[in-house]
Amino acid sequence: MQISINWYLLLSAVLFTIGVLGVLFRRNAIIIFMSIELMLNAVNLLLVAFSSYLSDSKGQVFVFFIMAVAAAEVAVGLAILMSVYRNSKSTDINSLNKLKG
Amino acid sequence: MITLLLIFFPLVAALLLLMVKGEQVKKIALGAAVVEFIISIAAVAQFRHNADTQFVFNMPWIKSLGISFHVGMDGISLLLVLLTTFLVPVIILTSFRKAYKNPTAFYSLILAMQFALIGVFVSLDGFLFYVFWELALIPIYFICLLWGGEDRARITFKFFVYTLAGSLLMLAGLIYLYQNSAAHTFDIANLYAAGQNMDVLHQGYVFWAMFMAFAIKMPVFPFHTWQPDTYTTAPTQGTMMLSGIMLKMGVYGVIRWLLPLAPLGVEHWAHLAITLAVIGIVYTSCIAIVQKDFKRLIAYSSIAHVGLIAAGILAGNVQGVQGAMIQMISHGVNVVGLFFIVDMLQSRLGTRDISSMGGIRNLNPQFAVLFLIVLLGSVALPLTNGFIGEFLLINGVYQYNAWLAAFAGLTVILGAVYMLRSYQSIMLGETNAVTAVFPPLEGYEKAVLVIICAAIIVFGVYPKPLLDIAEPSVIKLVDSFRAATGK
Amino acid sequence: MIKLVGLVPLLPLVGFLIIGFFGKKLSKGLAGVIGSAAVFAAFAVAVGIFFELNGQADKSVTVPLFSWITAGKLSVPFSFLIDPLSSLFLLIITGIGFLIHVYSTAYMHDDEGFSRFFAYLNLFIFFMLLLVLGSNYLIMFVGWEGVGLCSYLLIGFWFKNTAYNNAAKKAFIMNRIGDLGFLLGIILIFVTFGSISYHEVFEQAKSYATGTPVLTAIALLLFVGAMGKSAQLPLYTWLPDAMAGPTPVSALIHAATMVTAGIYMIARSNILYTLSPDAMSVVAIIGVCTALFAATIGLAQNDIKKVLAYSTVSQLGYMFLALGVGAYTGAVFHVMTHAFFKALLFLGAGSVIHAMSGEQDIRKMGGLKKYIPITQMTFLIGTLAISGFPGFSGFFSKDEILAHAYEHNKVLWFVGILTAGMTTFYMFRLYFLTFKGTFRGTHEQEHHLHESPKAMTIPLIILAVLSLLGGLIGIPEVLGGRHFLEEFLKPVFEDSSFRLVHHLSHNTEYILMAVAVAVMAGSIWYAYKTYVTDKTVPAESEEELNPLHKLVYRKYMVDELYESIITKPLNFIGEGLHKVVDNQIVDGVVNGCGYVVNGVSGVIRKAQTGNIGFYVFVMVISIVLILFTQLF
Repeated sequence: MQISINWYLLLSAVLFTIGVLGVLFRRNAIIIFMSIELMLNAVNLLLVAFSSYLSDSKGQVFVFFIMAVAAAEVAVGLAILMSVYRNSKSTDINSLNKLKG
Repeated sequence: MITLLLIFFPLVAALLLLMVKGEQVKKIALGAAVVEFIISIAAVAQFRHNADTQFVFNMPWIKSLGISFHVGMDGISLLLVLLTTFLVPVIILTSFRKAYKNPTAFYSLILAMQFALIGVFVSLDGFLFYVFWELALIPIYFICLLWGGEDRARITFKFFVYTLAGSLLMLAGLIYLYQNSAAHTFDIANLYAAGQNMDVLHQGYVFWAMFMAFAIKMPVFPFHTWQPDTYTTAPTQGTMMLSGIMLKMGVYGVIRWLLPLAPLGVEHWAHLAITLAVIGIVYTSCIAIVQKDFKRLIAYSSIAHVGLIAAGILAGNVQGVQGAMIQMISHGVNVVGLFFIVDMLQSRLGTRDISSMGGIRNLNPQFAVLFLIVLLGSVALPLTNGFIGEFLLINGVYQYNAWLAAFAGLTVILGAVYMLRSYQSIMLGETNAVTAVFPPLEGYEKAVLVIICAAIIVFGVYPKPLLDIAEPSVIKLVDSFRAATGK
Repeated sequence: MIKLVGLVPLLPLVGFLIIGFFGKKLSKGLAGVIGSAAVFAAFAVAVGIFFELNGQADKSVTVPLFSWITAGKLSVPFSFLIDPLSSLFLLIITGIGFLIHVYSTAYMHDDEGFSRFFAYLNLFIFFMLLLVLGSNYLIMFVGWEGVGLCSYLLIGFWFKNTAYNNAAKKAFIMNRIGDLGFLLGIILIFVTFGSISYHEVFEQAKSYATGTPVLTAIALLLFVGAMGKSAQLPLYTWLPDAMAGPTPVSALIHAATMVTAGIYMIARSNILYTLSPDAMSVVAIIGVCTALFAATIGLAQNDIKKVLAYSTVSQLGYMFLALGVGAYTGAVFHVMTHAFFKALLFLGAGSVIHAMSGEQDIRKMGGLKKYIPITQMTFLIGTLAISGFPGFSGFFSKDEILAHAYEHNKVLWFVGILTAGMTTFYMFRLYFLTFKGTFRGTHEQEHHLHESPKAMTIPLIILAVLSLLGGLIGIPEVLGGRHFLEEFLKPVFEDSSFRLVHHLSHNTEYILMAVAVAVMAGSIWYAYKTYVTDKTVPAESEEELNPLHKLVYRKYMVDELYESIITKPLNFIGEGLHKVVDNQIVDGVVNGCGYVVNGVSGVIRKAQTGNIGFYVFVMVISIVLILFTQLF
């Protein structure tokens, strides 16, 4: 049975929304990070789905790109978080307001 | 190709200079500047006396935006390049006994600035012009900031932001023209065509956008308030670069860009702009009369001189523009001489307050004579270089409006008042505690002053070589300006 | 010889350069010899030119040297014009210049700035020659400002003295006021005629109708220049102060040559004036007012040089009167005779001062006749010449001016004759107080009294002879003579002369002469009575003077007036513009922009809470909004 593209779209939208809400409402930096990953992967899912649907491999190439970039980003991001944590003993983003204008 | 050589030789020299440490850096910088001067002389020798743009080099730079590295020189550019290459070695020579900290950086910056200045004078692409224009600001910013005097951070910041604000307007004007051009390139001919196709109203926008940038750079009243502070605070060589060469960027901009880009706009707004310039002449001359600090006095007098130049150009006739060309050279030479004299006085007496000096003539008649010649050039006595320009400029303004010319002519009187007053209180009379000891002139000091005095007299008596270089281009420029405005 | 005219200014220039560069190494004698020789050589060439010009039919030769300034249709060649007017001035300048150089070798002998003095003098001669030789207005302007510079340098020759420096500065600045007028006049000439060379301008001007406004404007602007240089009201106050310079300078620059440049300029441009009667009236009125005004001041001065200075201003006024009534030849004639007798008087005064060990106050002199007889004789001749004693040079030139004035306007004539009377009076007052009576100075001064050396007395004698006989080249027709000068200058003034017809009956002319002589004789008698018979000596202190006398003695307070209406306000304005307008208002606006940016930023920065959650929230909301606006 062929699963229609609409289901992919729906799943992707749900995952993305969960990610957005996670970023918006959680205060722990790690969880925000994971929510961002979730959003990225929601997009990845969509790209793969359309790639298959349109029989165009470009979408899959993009996904590889995004995965590579996301991996790099996580590495840098976690490093920053580590040092933030070392300095402030907290991963609560509300305490990170040193750049207040 | 000689144009490329002229542009990039100082840059290469500046970079190579970074590898040199210690005192010999001065000599190497001087040598490089002299070589550059010789290159420019070679360019003059090859220059054919007509209105064509010569030594052209054109290569695409950013193709998608229609930006190219398009450089070349006509008479107007060549004269300013010549001024730059002549003054830079003189300016370097004036610093021969200065013990600046980190001389390597200092002289590299001066040569880097020369690179940008020459770039400004030879650019035939709007974007390239803008790039060089901004590039020139960076070295002088650091020169003022690192080697300047009292309160330099605040004053340099103001200078930088003020001129940057003007440049932004210029960029906006250039982009506006670019958007309205047929070919969507920044090439000068394309921009000219774009500007000239607009109606008076839109040319007026272009006029104000560009004029503000140039007016701030020169500076013209009332956009001048950064200038006295900056000139006073900057190290002497920085002041010389600023007043001797950099302000000519603004004047050159008006001639090369403003007049052809927006002839109707110039025509429409010239009255206001000339009136501002002329008010500035008298206004700053009056202020110069009461100055006690000699450096600041010269700074104000420089605004007066430049005001006359601006008025002469905007009058839009051959006499006015030719006068501006020749006066740019003269003013560059004279003002460098005057600032050098300030420096000599300050390094000997430890003060620039003219009211505390006196009687130096008794101690050093030779210095007195050289100073007097520079001063006479500055008050535009006939047979000095200052007169040729001033006569042509007042003549040009007169053809525009007789009353404005008469008012502008007050500079003849007021200039004599403040210059003679300072000469008297510095040089004449009896010596006092401040001037009791006045060490004799050093060899390099004599050399600088003699070079400057020679230039003052030679080009006052026989200005024809300079006039001849610029004349065909100026006539072409003015003719096309007149044709565009229908006069 | 005419082709060699370049040599005339070149020789003094070379003299200047040699003395200027090697002044320190030259001995005093040598500097003096080089300076004098340069001027004498120029004089010799000038004589050659004069005779060659006289002998040939072409009375106007242009000698081009090089192209000076070109800009579009403006083209100013550096070229010289030899015509009767310029060749006459060449003779006056180099001739009298030479005599004064010779005189100076003795007068300045003990001065430490001896070689510098000669360098300046040579430079002055160079510029003065440029002034009269130029074939266009701009070359004249070069000389014009150049002589102003030399005048500045020479007035402030003793540069340690602040008062002298102030006088020098004042002279330069006042001249510059006039120069601005002159410069604008030149530009107007260029704008009107498209050229500034005399030849083309005058040729075109002839076709203009009399009274054309632009010609009047040109004439008046040029006259402003003349007012400054030739010390006319209201720009005259620098000349009396200029007496701060060494006496030979006063003789050469501030009496015989430079100050007559204004007369030369107007005589040169005669056609422009002839065609604008209004301008001529202005010239005549300013001239006659200056003549009278300065003469009244001269009546009350006690400094020997100041008296002569005011008399110079007054005589210059006379010359402008002549120009204003169209007596161009008369004006040039008076320039020449005045150069003779005024140079003589100044040099004589110098000789007196020399003898008096530097004293210049005539109240401290008296009875000098027996100590310095040659000076006294020559001074008397000069005094008689300036008074217009019949037969002396001043008589003829003054007579010519007065006759023309009478014909033009009786009031001008009356003021002229009144001034002549005053001139005679104050000159004889000066003469009597100095040479007659008994010595009033200190014993020490009396002990030192001596006649001057030959280098000083010989120029005096030559000038005395010229003052005595110089008038003979212009004997009026009515006295049965031939007016050589008028015939000589005819080519220069012929375009004007047929427009200004002169005819006075012989009887009128005789009467005018008689009146002039009578007034002169009366003045001499009154001066004799006051200062010789009654032995009056001017009061020592100002308090003894009556108010009117005091006002005149204080020179009508004009200097104080200028000080309070020009100098002080200018300083005040400068201070005001600097401290208030520039620093507060103009810069205030600039700094204001900075403050506004700061202020606005202060408000906007509040949005930067530093709360990442808030940022993200705003970002998401914004994206949603943008998507909405884009998609629907």
